[in-house]
Amino acid sequence: MHRLPRTNLSMTSVFIAIGRVVTDLIRFSGQTAVLGLEVLVSPFAGRMRFGLMGQQLVRVGFGSQFVVVVTGAVIGSVFAAQSYYVFSSVGLETAVGSVVSIAMCRELGPVLTALMVTGRVGAAMAAEIGTMKVTEQIDALRSMGVHPIDYLVFPRFVGMMISMPLLIAEAIGFGILGSYLVTVKGFGVDEAAYTKNLKLFTDLDDVGIGMIKGVVFAILIVLISCMNGLLVRHGAVDVGRRTTQAVVTSSLSVLISNFFLSILLNYFFPI
Amino acid sequence: MAGHPPDKPSQPAARDPWVLDVEDVHKTFGTQEVLRGLSLKVRRGETLVIIGRSGGGKSVLLKHILGLVAADSGSIRIDGEELCGLPERKLSRIRRKIGMLFQEGALFDSFNVAENVAFPLFEQGMKNRQEIFERVRDALHDVDLEAHMAKFPSNLSGGMRKRVALARAIVSRPDIILYDEPQSGLDPVITDSINLLIRRLQEKYRVTSLVVTHDMKSAYQIGDRIAYYRDGTIYFLGTPDELKANPDPIIQDFIQGRSRPEHASE
Repeated sequence: MHRLPRTNLSMTSVFIAIGRVVTDLIRFSGQTAVLGLEVLVSPFAGRMRFGLMGQQLVRVGFGSQFVVVVTGAVIGSVFAAQSYYVFSSVGLETAVGSVVSIAMCRELGPVLTALMVTGRVGAAMAAEIGTMKVTEQIDALRSMGVHPIDYLVFPRFVGMMISMPLLIAEAIGFGILGSYLVTVKGFGVDEAAYTKNLKLFTDLDDVGIGMIKGVVFAILIVLISCMNGLLVRHGAVDVGRRTTQAVVTSSLSVLISNFFLSILLNYFFPI
Repeated sequence: MAGHPPDKPSQPAARDPWVLDVEDVHKTFGTQEVLRGLSLKVRRGETLVIIGRSGGGKSVLLKHILGLVAADSGSIRIDGEELCGLPERKLSRIRRKIGMLFQEGALFDSFNVAENVAFPLFEQGMKNRQEIFERVRDALHDVDLEAHMAKFPSNLSGGMRKRVALARAIVSRPDIILYDEPQSGLDPVITDSINLLIRRLQEKYRVTSLVVTHDMKSAYQIGDRIAYYRDGTIYFLGTPDELKANPDPIIQDFIQGRSRPEHASE
């Protein structure tokens, strides 16, 4: 007699929870889209702050050098080693360079760089803006006639848009370098054949795909991270929650959008 | 619903003695009605103190006056210019007439004292660095913090942070200064020095000051008029002497700090 209502209750709770997640997601997507529009309007409506843009370039671009170089080099090396073990069994070890190169340009470079930048920069953006929100610093900005989007979000947007493609190019370069060192210097694969295959199968389209993905990922990361910071309401706990949310949402957005971008861009730039 | 914009473009009234005119403002957060048709007029150059119980909505009223929170309905005019219904970007010009001292100071923690105080000047487009430096030094001199220019907010005491915030509020020479509980969390001596500072700045710059506090000693010390805020409206408005002489038991309970059994559960 008692079990049926309890089951109904738990089913209702599940539906309510799912509904809440869906509505939260739709609301957040809408808020982020509006933020994107405000960022587009910002350079025409507000004052350009080149100093702040320079600061963000240094923080996002220069500050991410170490992590991006290490990530690119290690992933390129590991991927080359694994590819070598498989390809050498069928006598195709000279193809390792081209496989690594295409994978780094089209997928691994952009995605892994975006994920590393999300963890390093996106989290910091959400935490900084969130802390400014709870300590009334954003209200103080507004009270002095300064629009928070112009002052806080637009410079970060510019810094990320310029830095991300360059960081991806760097990760790709170090990935290919790592692959070369492992395959040619480590496993003794013929350098001329390795280089010939690499050049034969990799062209500017592959690098272009990486750059286009970089721009899309930069937009997603900066808007999602800043929006989470601006949505902070209730003190330190909320800052932590929103920072985590920023990293999780940005990372998932990068991975999911990468799938659709890969399909779309392969249509325009086939291998 | 957003606040009602005026029927026709508002013109600054040349001889209007009221620099701030709040009329029938309503605001509800969720199910809680915070402002219930609040009306208040502030004379040019006066110091009006708003007293009332903590958590009642006095700070919310200040945020309405700055346009940081949008009223559900009603009208707020600064120098005759309607604030309600204006989009964020159009509020900037009006906001620059107002300086605000936030309850916790709201200093930018990545800037040092001088940079915090210089911030409004840079944002108003002032380019001459020597002039900016002199204005910053003068403002910090007014609050007796000239020697602490290079310190960061995290290295200042609560009272010093409030004084820096006050210097930031006055550096751009606003027409109106809003003080949100400037004495909260400070010891009696620092409180007295902040009160003297508010009076001194009012006399020096002839600014209109609106001070939210629940400290009665401070209210008597700095207020030309005192408004008693209660239940989302202005319950009483008059001079400090009129307030003291008012026989209303609700007012007397508040100004003498008397609690009644029915208040214990609030």
